Amino acid sequence: MNYKQDLATSNHILIQSPEAFGMSIEIAGIGARSHAFIIDWHFRLLLAISWILGCGIALFSFQGMRYAFDQASTGMLYLWLAPAGIIYFFYHPLLEIIMSGRTPGKRMAGVKIVTINGLTPDVSSLLIRNVFRLLDSLPAFYIVGLAAVALTRQQVRIGDMAAGLMLVYSQEIDQKQLQQASQLALKSNLDPADQSLLLGLLNRWPQMQTEDQIRLGEKFLHKIGKTVSSQNQEITKQSKQLWEQLEKLAKTGEL
Amino acid sequence: MKKDHAKKALSNWLSSRVKNWQHLEKNLSTRPSDCNDALETAREILAGFRSVQSDLSLAHRNMPGHPLTRYLESLFIKCHEAIYQPPRHYLSQIKDLYNIEIPRLMRQMLKPILATLVIFTLSILAGWFLISFFPNLVTLFASPEMINHVQSGKLWTDDLLNIMPSSVVSLGIITNNITVSLFAFALGALYGLGTLYIIAMNGLMLGGVFAFTAQYNLDDRLFKFIIGHGVVELSVIIIAGAMGLRLGEALIRPGNNNRLQAFQQITLNAGKVMLAAVPFLILAGLIEGFISPNNQFSLMTRILVGIISGLFLWYTLLFGLPLKNKPTLQGI
Repeated sequence: MNYKQDLATSNHILIQSPEAFGMSIEIAGIGARSHAFIIDWHFRLLLAISWILGCGIALFSFQGMRYAFDQASTGMLYLWLAPAGIIYFFYHPLLEIIMSGRTPGKRMAGVKIVTINGLTPDVSSLLIRNVFRLLDSLPAFYIVGLAAVALTRQQVRIGDMAAGLMLVYSQEIDQKQLQQASQLALKSNLDPADQSLLLGLLNRWPQMQTEDQIRLGEKFLHKIGKTVSSQNQEITKQSKQLWEQLEKLAKTGEL
Repeated sequence: MKKDHAKKALSNWLSSRVKNWQHLEKNLSTRPSDCNDALETAREILAGFRSVQSDLSLAHRNMPGHPLTRYLESLFIKCHEAIYQPPRHYLSQIKDLYNIEIPRLMRQMLKPILATLVIFTLSILAGWFLISFFPNLVTLFASPEMINHVQSGKLWTDDLLNIMPSSVVSLGIITNNITVSLFAFALGALYGLGTLYIIAMNGLMLGGVFAFTAQYNLDDRLFKFIIGHGVVELSVIIIAGAMGLRLGEALIRPGNNNRLQAFQQITLNAGKVMLAAVPFLILAGLIEGFISPNNQFSLMTRILVGIISGLFLWYTLLFGLPLKNKPTLQGI
């Protein structure tokens, strides 16, 4: 199996069916990787702290927790603290196995772990990947791992290299988006790239700042040669009117 | 006119295909209830995969970058994964790992295992001589608390069960041993140097501490404490070290492959051996928590425990699970 030959381009991997049909997936870079890691780090920290607080209150009461280290038996302390350690240190291997190469953080960052052939990794590869965290996290703050990601063409850390895995962008399009896209494709005269832009804009609209909504909405309408009918108004109204225009365009194909 | 035809063609194509895609997606996400259903679903997924390929070709040509094309790409990946993913039968995979793969791999890895054993033994001897001739250097290997215990004629392990229950002792020891073994393995990626450091340090420490306790006539008691769990524990650490050294060797001497290929190939094999060997540290930890610190067990019992547990480890790793030919419940 040749790692390099299997790559479609330097930042894509190629998935090929026996019928010689191929499709490439984009490899996730250092930004997406760090984004996913930071989200996961918050999750596991919060879970571990929740366990310590929840179990601590149940075992010693809220006030009693303060004196637990002096008064409680070692066994009781282990029972209280060990599961928090397990949650914190086994979060990645366990969830990556259960969620087939994903974790909540990776899902939110839109990335997943795949083999170099684009398949879901098996348990042993995921375990090897996680064993090498010991090396990747040295000397602190994943410096070795980050350096490996920055220096390798395939943007992989040592654990990924060892297990033959990669982090790629996973494109999940749900049924609602499918309906929206097929409606638009049927009714609109826009070219495919503009249709894609329009749907992207509508999907991201709720997460954007009002100023950005107006700026990008107007820019899009200018691009497709439509007049903007929302100028000289208060920004909230302007944004609402733009949203209505864009939604109408997506539903009916015209303004 | 031409645009109208294209529009009509797209409309016909979409209206005929969307339901098929949704049906395929439903098949991919639901788990069939019985064998007939599973067979039917598998056939439908295979047929669906072929049509998704042709749909995706069309979409790539006519609507590059469109959300529909992206949807088809994600459907293609899901189908590809469902069809080409190897079956997951965890229990039989574990049995095959122990009965077939590990004995084969262990035979291939005998040389590095012997080399690690030699390095470890030399380190023990070096530690012994070092502390025998320079007793003050024991501070390099032992904590002040341990040194005080020995100087007052006691082993630091004597009161272990008065401080913590056996279960807690075991848990702590298992965690520590697994961490050491995994480090010994993973640090092999530093061209074997990290592994060499860990193996040499552990050997020096063991030899040094034995030499130090010998000066206070406590070495026989230390031997009595260690022999029950030590055989398995040290064996696994040596195996982990050998796997780490193989990683280093793959980077130094990749042979016909390039370094990355050699590293991946060895990691895969060495990782399997690690996966099979590390669970034995749970056994060692349990012995160390429940038998080793308990004075009710005689030296003879401890030696027997050490030999039997060691034989169990090496037999399993070299020849497969001891009960592999015994008929299973389903077979009776």
